[in-house]
Amino acid sequence: MSDLTSKAIADLRSGFRSGDFSAREVATAYNAAVAAGRALNAFTVETPEIALAAADAADAARTSDDLKPLSGIPLGIKDLFATEGVDTTAGSNILKGFKPPYESTVSGKLKAAGAGMLGKLNMDEFAMGSSNETSAFGPVISPWKRRDGGNAALTPGGSSGGSASAVAAGLAAGATGTDTGGSIRQPAAFAGICGIKPTYGRCSRWGIVSFASSLDQAGPMAKTVRDCAILLEVMAGFDKKDSTSLDLPVPQWESGLSSDLKGQRVGIPREYRIEGVPVEIDALWDKGVEWLRDAGAEPVEISLPHTVHALPTYYIIAPAEASSNLARYDGIRYGLRELGDGGLDGLYASTRAAGFGAEVKRRVMIGTYVLSAGFYDAYFTKAQKVRTLIKRDFTQAFDRCDFILTPTAPSAAFALGDKSSDPIAMYLNDVFAVPASLAGLPAMSVPGGLDAHRLPLGLHLIGRELDEQGVLNAALAIEERAGFTHRAEKWW
Amino acid sequence: MSVDTATVRHIAKLARIAMSDADIDALVPELNNILGWVEQLAAVDTEGVEPLTAVIDQKLRLRDDIIDDGNIRDEVLANAPDAQHGFFAVPKVIE
Repeated sequence: MSDLTSKAIADLRSGFRSGDFSAREVATAYNAAVAAGRALNAFTVETPEIALAAADAADAARTSDDLKPLSGIPLGIKDLFATEGVDTTAGSNILKGFKPPYESTVSGKLKAAGAGMLGKLNMDEFAMGSSNETSAFGPVISPWKRRDGGNAALTPGGSSGGSASAVAAGLAAGATGTDTGGSIRQPAAFAGICGIKPTYGRCSRWGIVSFASSLDQAGPMAKTVRDCAILLEVMAGFDKKDSTSLDLPVPQWESGLSSDLKGQRVGIPREYRIEGVPVEIDALWDKGVEWLRDAGAEPVEISLPHTVHALPTYYIIAPAEASSNLARYDGIRYGLRELGDGGLDGLYASTRAAGFGAEVKRRVMIGTYVLSAGFYDAYFTKAQKVRTLIKRDFTQAFDRCDFILTPTAPSAAFALGDKSSDPIAMYLNDVFAVPASLAGLPAMSVPGGLDAHRLPLGLHLIGRELDEQGVLNAALAIEERAGFTHRAEKWW
Repeated sequence: MSVDTATVRHIAKLARIAMSDADIDALVPELNNILGWVEQLAAVDTEGVEPLTAVIDQKLRLRDDIIDDGNIRDEVLANAPDAQHGFFAVPKVIE
C-alpha cells in the first residue's frame, strides 16, 4: 500500500484540507491500487475517471474554500446501489448491462458530499450469500492468507465481500455495504475492518436493489470506527422516496464519539456461547468484555432465549420477501431476455432460468413455497410471530444493559469452496448477526485480534433502536484497546 | 412437511423458473434439507403472539396525490431488451 492508500478517511480528510496532498493525488493513488488489485476481483466496474472528476472538484473547492464533508475521499460502491449511467448488476447475470438512469439516495448523498467513486464492488448475487461465491462475476478473493504454509484463496465473506476486500487491501478508503442478515458485519470481521449496520430505516433503501425489504439496510465499511461514523453521517437521513425511511434528524455521530463507558452496562448473552465455535473466538469475546470493563462499562449476563430460532426464522422471511421482490425480473423491462419456447410464460421462465444463479433460485423457490396457499400460516406467519419474540428478547435485555457484546462470526475466513456445497453450513455464518437484523437494531463489527492462522476476528456490538452512538462508542473503546493494526501482506 | 418432485415442479412454475427434470430432482433433497431445518420453529410457543409487521414502530406516511415526476419515457425504456414505438415489446401472445 502506498502511503496515501493506507490512510484512514479522517487522516485523508485532514491531510487534504491542510494541503499535505491534493485530492487528485489521492484519487490517482487509489485508481492505481484498484488497477493493481484486479487479482482480488473486488470490482465489477472500475470508474477511475469519475474518481478523478470528483477529486478535481474537491481541489477546486479547496481553493475556493467551499469544502464538503467528503471532499477528496475516494470510495467504492457496492454493486447493489443504482449508480447513474454506471452498470448496476447486483452481481447477477439477469442485470448484466443494466445502466440505471438514476442514482440511489445513499450513493447520491455520498457524491453530493464530495466523495469520488472508484468503481462498483463485487458481491454475492442479489446479496444472497456469505462468501461471495454466488456472484456472477466470480468470487472476490480476500487479501488475507492463512499462515499455514498453504496458499488457499480465502473468502472475504459476503455478501459485501468486494467492499471488505477493497477496503482491507487499500483499494478504497471506504465503501458502502448492505446488510440483510450480516452482509456488512461478517465480511468486515473476515477482512479485519469495521462495518456498521444502522437501525432499520436510517438509510434510505431507494435505489438499492431489493433483496428482503423488511431487513435490508445500507451502512459503511471502513478501516476505523471514526471513519464509519464519518460515512454514516452522510449516508443516513430521511428520504420521502422510501416509505420506511425514518423521519428523524441525523445525529452528529463523529463529534459524539467517546470511549468513556462509565456508568454503562454491557450485556453478555449466554445463548451466544454455542457449540463448535473455536476457543479462540470465545477467548476473544472474553477479552472484549475485559476491554469494555477497562473503559468503564459493567458486564451483566443477559438472556436472549429465542436466539436459537433466529436463523430458521430468517431463512423463511428473507426468501419469502426475496421471491416477491425478484418477481420483477421478467425479461420485459430491463436486464436479460431469453425467448424460450416462444410464449410469454416461456419467456419469463427461460429468462429467469438463465439469469439467476443456483443460490438465488434456491431462495426464490423456498420463498415461493412458504408463501404458497396452504403453507403460508405454517411457515411465513409462524416465522413472523417468532420474529416478534426475538425482538421482544432484545427489548427485555435492554432493560438490563445499554448494549450487547458478542463475536461477529463463528469462524475466521474460510477457503473458497469449503462450504459452498452445504447451504445450511453457509447460513450458519450469520448465526450471531441475524438476530439484530430481525429486530432492526444497529449493530457493528470491529476487529478484535487474529486467530492462530493470523486471520482477523471481529467483535460484534448490538445497540438499542436508534442508538448508533452507543454502538460506535463501545466499538471505539474496543478499537483503542485491541490495537489492531494488522494488514494483509501484499501478494496481489 | 416435505416436498416431492410434483410439488417442486409446481413451485418452479409459480416462481416462473424453467427447470429440467434433472434440476427438479436435484432440488427436491436440497429444499427438503432446508425445510426440515426451518421446521424447528413449529416447536416454539407462539400462542397469542402477533406476527411482526414493522420492525421499527412507525406510521406509514401519506403523500399528496400529485405527480412529481414523469415525462421520462425514454429513460424508462432505455434498459428494455426490446422497445418499439415508445413501448416495451414482447413476443406475440394472441394468434
